[in-house]
Amino acid sequence: MAFFLETLIGGLMAGMLYALVALGFVLIYKASGVFNFAQGAMVLFAALAMARFSAWVPELTGLDHFLLNNFIAFALAAALMCVVAWAIEQWVLRHLVNQEGATLLMATLGIAYFLEGLGQSLFGNDVYKIDVGMPKDPVFVLDSVFPGGLLVNKEDVISALIAAALVVILSLFFQKTGTGRALRAVADDHQAAQSIGIPLNRIWVIVWCIAGFVALVAGVIWGSKLGVQFSLATIAMRALPVVILGGLTSVPGAIIGGLIIGVGEKLSEVYLGPFIGGGIEIWFAYVLALVFLLFRPQGLFGEKIIDRV
Amino acid sequence: MFYRENGQFKTSYQADQQIFPIAQDRWAMAFLLVLALFVVPALASDYFFRAILIPFAIMALAAIGVNILVGYCGQISLGSGAFMAVGAYGAYNFFERIPGMPLVLALVLGGFSATAFGLLFGLPSLRVKGLYLAVATLAAQFFADWLFLRVSWFTLDSASGSVSVNHLEAFGQPIESALSKYWFCMALLIPIALMAKNLVRGAIGREWMAIRDMDVAAAVIGIRPMYAKLSAFAVSSFIVGVAGGLWAFVYLGAWEPAAFSVDLSFKLLFMVIIGGMGSIMGGILGAAFIVLLPIALNRFLPWFSDLFGMQASTAAVSHAELMVFGGLIVWFLIVEPHGLAKLWSTAKQKLRLWPFPH
Repeated sequence: MAFFLETLIGGLMAGMLYALVALGFVLIYKASGVFNFAQGAMVLFAALAMARFSAWVPELTGLDHFLLNNFIAFALAAALMCVVAWAIEQWVLRHLVNQEGATLLMATLGIAYFLEGLGQSLFGNDVYKIDVGMPKDPVFVLDSVFPGGLLVNKEDVISALIAAALVVILSLFFQKTGTGRALRAVADDHQAAQSIGIPLNRIWVIVWCIAGFVALVAGVIWGSKLGVQFSLATIAMRALPVVILGGLTSVPGAIIGGLIIGVGEKLSEVYLGPFIGGGIEIWFAYVLALVFLLFRPQGLFGEKIIDRV
Repeated sequence: MFYRENGQFKTSYQADQQIFPIAQDRWAMAFLLVLALFVVPALASDYFFRAILIPFAIMALAAIGVNILVGYCGQISLGSGAFMAVGAYGAYNFFERIPGMPLVLALVLGGFSATAFGLLFGLPSLRVKGLYLAVATLAAQFFADWLFLRVSWFTLDSASGSVSVNHLEAFGQPIESALSKYWFCMALLIPIALMAKNLVRGAIGREWMAIRDMDVAAAVIGIRPMYAKLSAFAVSSFIVGVAGGLWAFVYLGAWEPAAFSVDLSFKLLFMVIIGGMGSIMGGILGAAFIVLLPIALNRFLPWFSDLFGMQASTAAVSHAELMVFGGLIVWFLIVEPHGLAKLWSTAKQKLRLWPFPH
């Protein structure tokens, strides 16, 4: 029982991290109808920027304050992601308005290749570490209920909390601010939003900035967990089943989908894996999402797809 | 002035229905075939064969297969690499397990294994549509990656799924030299391309296109979506599977599951989109573009950096390659979203008037 719970908790924590990456997909898809395959590359790019800035800032300024240095590096990386967002809007999206979904998808794949190349030429291709002071030691909880207690990774708990906080902040931003309202209007109907004077291009820049910021947070968390390296770009592949399971257009869907996929992945790997050879995590997540899709083709919380002739 | 159909009267249904109704097109095609089959091989060096011509021929075949699914039937697939893998490992199993199995038959049987796999993973397309389906097809990709890496039955118990074939021969001729390999690929590419062309302009191709343009409307006028979608998956994965077998047997010789990773799926989709969706010619042009681009970049970038007196390391060059590749693809999608095939047809339109202004 204790082992099952440990696996379950591990899955939930991993799920929150997937949800964080999935959130980036959902935000951009909602606002611009672009399925952004470059999200993984953005995570890698942001993490590389953060890792290098946090090494360069103390060298340049001579500051010796750990938190302050990290904060400056984080702010710089966030600013860089905004520049990237602006550049993407300016040079790519603006010219691809009204194209088919497949074309836009391929364009974001092109962006992904570009960002991977750019990130590694700017910041080098070594394996870097991000140290933002995350505690690495595991703790035991619920000693009284289970013999020996449950092994929980503190780092995972903190990152899950950060992810949850980010989601709350984003929901507040979307629901309570004027910009958030404009973003929702654009998501609902591009033309109607434009006709009441919402500048579409600026909205897109803002959305890509937010997605860049989410990518940065995901990059920092994943980077401090696994180290910053090229394979970070592939976590987008891990987050894709989350997106389709939760629904392409739903922020809560990304969270719930993330939790389902995280738990499903871990449980299948532990309980099913030994029988059929292990390493089934990746495809099992997709098959799980597929099973959900067979019952709800638009994902759990996605907008209902209505076909009209 | 030279390229126009004036004066070419069709007097039979047969003449009306031929693939190239204009005589100039027929001549151009015959010329291209002679060029591809005899002139280019006579001039090409061994490197040219191995690095460009053979991969181009095989990728063109695969791109035609993907184009049937994505371009004609409108089902975006990110799992084409998996179909290639199934074709390759299927052919390998038939080839190694059954003594005396002829190479061509093994490749075709590999193609049929890919068909079965494609039908299985095509089933969700009846329920799941659009981008959801695109992501769902990634399930096929990752499942195949895992299957050939972990289940050692398929790889005859070799370590980490890496296998190799040698002593290839077809119809009593050894396929060892670069030239014979090229001709062998062409001998499969040309008939299959012809078959695909005839399929897409026949009844079944029209059904696919109707499904692509609007599946509900197609169902209303009496096209069975299940039959149309699954037949597109079957035909497409057969062609892609044969291409996968060729890629493994003829081009690689020795391979492992990583040879058919998700990157390959993306490349295939690039070929279709850049070549032009819904065009057999487009698949071939797109394959040429995607096969040539990295090689050209690899040659061109070091020369370019030398020009500015910079010593570029190999890592820097490979990153720059990645950037230029991505950038060019985006640029290309912006300037010509309908692909090279569209450029081709625009050029034909212009040729009708040339050299006169009106």
